[in-house]
Amino acid sequence: MSASEQPQFSEARKAEIASLVSRYPGARSALLPVLHMAQEDFGYLSMDVQKLVAETLGVRLMAVREVVTFYTMFREQPCGKYLMEVCTNASCMLNGANELVAHMCDRLGIRVGETTPDGMFTVTEVECAGACGGAPVVQVNNVYHEKATPESMDALIEKARAEGGAA
Amino acid sequence: MTIPSDPKQVKAICFANIHVPDMRKLEVARAHGAYEFLPTVLNEFDSSRIIDEVKTAGIRGRGGAGFPTGLKWSFVPRSTGKPTYLMCNADEGEPGTFKDRDIMRFDPHLLIEGMIMAGFALDVHDAYIYIRGEFLHEANILNEAIAEAYAANLLGENILGTGFSMHLTVHRGAGAYICGEETALIESVEGKPGRPRFKPPFPAVEGFYRCPTVVNNVETLSTIPAILKHGGDWHAQIGQPNNTGMKIFSVSGQVNKPGNYEVPLGTPLKTLIEDYCGGLQHGSVPKAIIPGGSSSPWLMAEHYEIPLTFDELAKAGSMLGSGAIIVMDETADVVAVARRLAHFYAHESCGQCTPCREGTGWLERIMMRVEAGQGRPDDIQVLSDAATHMAGRTICALADGAAAPILSLLKHFPEEVRARLVESAA
Repeated sequence: MSASEQPQFSEARKAEIASLVSRYPGARSALLPVLHMAQEDFGYLSMDVQKLVAETLGVRLMAVREVVTFYTMFREQPCGKYLMEVCTNASCMLNGANELVAHMCDRLGIRVGETTPDGMFTVTEVECAGACGGAPVVQVNNVYHEKATPESMDALIEKARAEGGAA
Repeated sequence: MTIPSDPKQVKAICFANIHVPDMRKLEVARAHGAYEFLPTVLNEFDSSRIIDEVKTAGIRGRGGAGFPTGLKWSFVPRSTGKPTYLMCNADEGEPGTFKDRDIMRFDPHLLIEGMIMAGFALDVHDAYIYIRGEFLHEANILNEAIAEAYAANLLGENILGTGFSMHLTVHRGAGAYICGEETALIESVEGKPGRPRFKPPFPAVEGFYRCPTVVNNVETLSTIPAILKHGGDWHAQIGQPNNTGMKIFSVSGQVNKPGNYEVPLGTPLKTLIEDYCGGLQHGSVPKAIIPGGSSSPWLMAEHYEIPLTFDELAKAGSMLGSGAIIVMDETADVVAVARRLAHFYAHESCGQCTPCREGTGWLERIMMRVEAGQGRPDDIQVLSDAATHMAGRTICALADGAAAPILSLLKHFPEEVRARLVESAA
């Protein structure tokens, strides 16, 4: 990657980050929120993006790496355009989550953790999503789908495909 | 006994206005009494009076530990020259818990008002809401509500002309159960991995950036406006002695109407399941019940009528925890549930204490082969030893939480485990 291709935050983002930093006693406190912003802007946290975050906040790259690898929501690899995260913890499992994951993987022809070859869908299992009253719960790009069924997930997949667009 | 014969007659506190459309908007919230009593508190109350009212109210923390809130507040040293910070714990990661989400998405101003009052009592000028990263929708709602509160001078400098200033910031986590532990939460807001700290010093003395820090749960803080408005004595009359007030129970698993129900502490478990949750999906007797989040030891059918209080559950060898009840009916595969929880704890162990880092992995690996019907003859003994030796030997309570489901399974369902061992594998 040449220097001109290094990731950069937009001016609006830089202003947002500066305002955020002022809300804490130390700049490092803004690390998690800024990583969320970076992931939103760049899709995933490549090493170049992690370096950008380290420089922006004036913290060591190791401090960023340590956080990125500790927290599950931070991704170092790209994922599908639709990230489908199925909770399979106790309450969801007792309401059919394992069968639901199997159905979704079957339908998409992938295994848990994989992305469809067209880059559209990734299916993962996640820990308790904190919405157990609506078990089983599937988060699709951070939107909660409660009382999910094979039919509702099929409909969602069909709708996404109809709207088309590669990742 | 202060519960009316029909617990539904007791008015909700945190959920009082949860069904009001658009309650998240300041104008609607104000029409329903939000911030009505705040000027009185800021103008006429002082710190010691607020802390006394909260002590008199008897409220115990709603996040899991059940520690008396007023007492926690009274531990904050004054005049240290350092700032005091307030953190609202909205990590809501304990499997089975989903109550704080409803307060935040339906009535965010209740929480904000509670935080302003708590902040005023503790002389806080910077407060934070640590919300689990997955709750993006709820974080957005909170940010909108906070922006409206700032615009109305309910937050920021010189609130309502009283001279009191407090800033409030929403801080998103990023998917780590351990950050619900208060010192891990503080580490996380400092921009680090969430590894719990040794205690003491407790956060009230040395927390965020080594300054006095109070960490309170969403439900706890959302109860403060009602306590100050109606008085500590009023709150102390609800529920049971030493277990006062209303409590939101998150009920999930194999019941017909899972959901959040706010009832007086002391309501019998069976009443909650039968009258509120529409009973079990199959049969009439539960096979096992996890009463206080996945880290609490399981209760059996013999406990079905237990009054839901901190003390009664402790007496029964379990805990009220966050009030997250996971119900297993007669069709549940209890071995599979225990294996799934073992996976959870292995995934979420922060890794700094050896008994937990290694032990949670052991428990998961053994439970996987047991679930698959490939257990070894001595697996019951190894599970029991590993679980017993983890608990109480680590910095935080995650290892205890990991041990609880395994020890419960072995205690109550040894025959189901034995049936999945390969006979005389040697």
